[in-house]
Amino acid sequence: MDNIAKNSTALSIDAAGARLKDGPRGARPKRTLSRRNIIVYGTLIVVSLYYLLPLYVMIVTSLKGMPEIRVGNIFAPPLEVTFEPWVKAWAEACTGLNCDGLSRGFWNSVRITVPSVIISIAVASVNGYALANWRFKGADLFFTILIVGAFIPYQVMIYPIVIVLREMGVYGTLTGLVIVHTIFGMPILTLLFRNYFAGLPEELFKAARVDGAGFWTIYLKIMLPMSLPIFVVAMILQVTGIWNDFLFGVVFTRPEYYPMTVQLNNIVNSVQGVKEYNVNMAATILTGLVPLTVYFVSGRLFVRGIAAGAVKG
Amino acid sequence: MTGLTRGSARPNQWLRNLNAKIASIPMILTAVVIFLGGTLWTVVYSFTNSKLLPRLSFVGLDQYERLWAAPRWIVSIQNLAIFGFFSLVFSLVIGFVLAALMDQKIRFENTFRTIMLYPFALSFIVTGLVWQWLLNPQYGVQSIIRSLGWESFSFDPLYDADIVIYGILIAALWQGTGLVMCLMLAGLRGIDEDIWKAARVDGIPMWKTYVLIIIPMMRGVIITTLVIIASGIVKVYDLVVAQTSGGPGIASEVPAKYVYDYMFLAQNLGQGFAASTMMLLTVAIIIVPWAYLEFGGGRKRG
Repeated sequence: MDNIAKNSTALSIDAAGARLKDGPRGARPKRTLSRRNIIVYGTLIVVSLYYLLPLYVMIVTSLKGMPEIRVGNIFAPPLEVTFEPWVKAWAEACTGLNCDGLSRGFWNSVRITVPSVIISIAVASVNGYALANWRFKGADLFFTILIVGAFIPYQVMIYPIVIVLREMGVYGTLTGLVIVHTIFGMPILTLLFRNYFAGLPEELFKAARVDGAGFWTIYLKIMLPMSLPIFVVAMILQVTGIWNDFLFGVVFTRPEYYPMTVQLNNIVNSVQGVKEYNVNMAATILTGLVPLTVYFVSGRLFVRGIAAGAVKG
Repeated sequence: MTGLTRGSARPNQWLRNLNAKIASIPMILTAVVIFLGGTLWTVVYSFTNSKLLPRLSFVGLDQYERLWAAPRWIVSIQNLAIFGFFSLVFSLVIGFVLAALMDQKIRFENTFRTIMLYPFALSFIVTGLVWQWLLNPQYGVQSIIRSLGWESFSFDPLYDADIVIYGILIAALWQGTGLVMCLMLAGLRGIDEDIWKAARVDGIPMWKTYVLIIIPMMRGVIITTLVIIASGIVKVYDLVVAQTSGGPGIASEVPAKYVYDYMFLAQNLGQGFAASTMMLLTVAIIIVPWAYLEFGGGRKRG
């Protein structure tokens, strides 16, 4: 296992994440209040406050009543904590089409994210495995097109995909959206898995071949069990990416299947009715909650995921 | 002849490695049909006068002429240029400075990083809506500073057509600089410790070491980061939709929104295709030189 871990960190794609993972090098810092330390920590703390401010304002606003928001300032903590806005955001907020709150969007997002994550990872890991261990003529050409394609703006390919999905009879459905997420997740995930599998010791693969194991047997019995970390990284990447998607949701689904981000936008930016800022902020937090949870739970793996995702994104 | 003999010697050429080929069908379809085919399709149809439905009646460069004569497109391009320039400069500079600070062997590095990177986990919609609220002229930053005694203070980017794009820029930087910081930090960590020691022995001040030695050494990381930021900038869409919906008026329109609106709302497909082809061209201008530098010249990577 140790050897494998070393091998995987040797990969260029993981290098960035791994280097971060190693943490700082050298001796422990001296605990002095030198001028240098004051500047370094002072700046970092001020910057951190700036990053935290929006989150703080969101939470504070969502716990206030509307009268308090109208008179007070947005940074003041609530005088009277109320959870009403949260309930309203979840169950009653109106989008202009219906008034059953964000819960509908939440469940749509769950129904979109779960199959999309599973299918996109399954497809891409097999692709990556074939590219790493079972190269065939032309495979590299297709892979190059795939990677170059990752840089093409989505807007260029949206309409042709609409036509393809319509011909397949799945335009506007959840199935269609799952296919779209699988397609656009493929470049980065395939790259991720290809590089990971290519970094595993080749002797394992050869030994299995000698023992008569075929394509699928080796994948299921040898590659899968050894690749848990990379599957977790891929999952983090996909769960946050798909949950946060807006464009595909709005283009490829009918309003009754709109994911949470689209519904959130419709609730907050709907022109009718009085603006209820507290409900809006509660809804915004609710939408951000899933990726934030993934982020805080996964910690350094998330960094590794986005480092991998970003480097070739 | 050779082809024939080889064919007869190995009759199962196509069946060899069959499972791998079957497993690669999704990848092949995506690459060839969607990425290659879809892109070509859009480019070809950008030369037609398709309205509600795509039709193959060519009109030459008409759609492009109309596009570049449309005030909304011009505003979109200007916004993209301003937004692009400032987000490139600021995210690189801020990202690098933060990374340099983080690299001073500090305590609580994890905490700081967690805080700086969490916005990146959020959806652009969430970011846009939060900043819409923070920049709300009636309750947000402007009213706070006014209530502190500076009555004439004015900062309401989301309702001022002249500066609305900077309001979006603030939100975009809030979300994106954490990532740039992480990439830069990874780059800094990749630099040999001995270089620092040598610089210290020679008595070179720290800032000079950064500017003259470290930054040139991080060329690769910086270029990759640039490409990542740049290709993200061209795609910017959700943030604008959430934060301003393109307003006030058309002041914060961007190309990606132009494409969507013409394709799916205005039912003027030809315009949408022409605009998206222009987006493709923009990305190509960014990517091709980079790909050439990175992968060209016979140098091969992983």
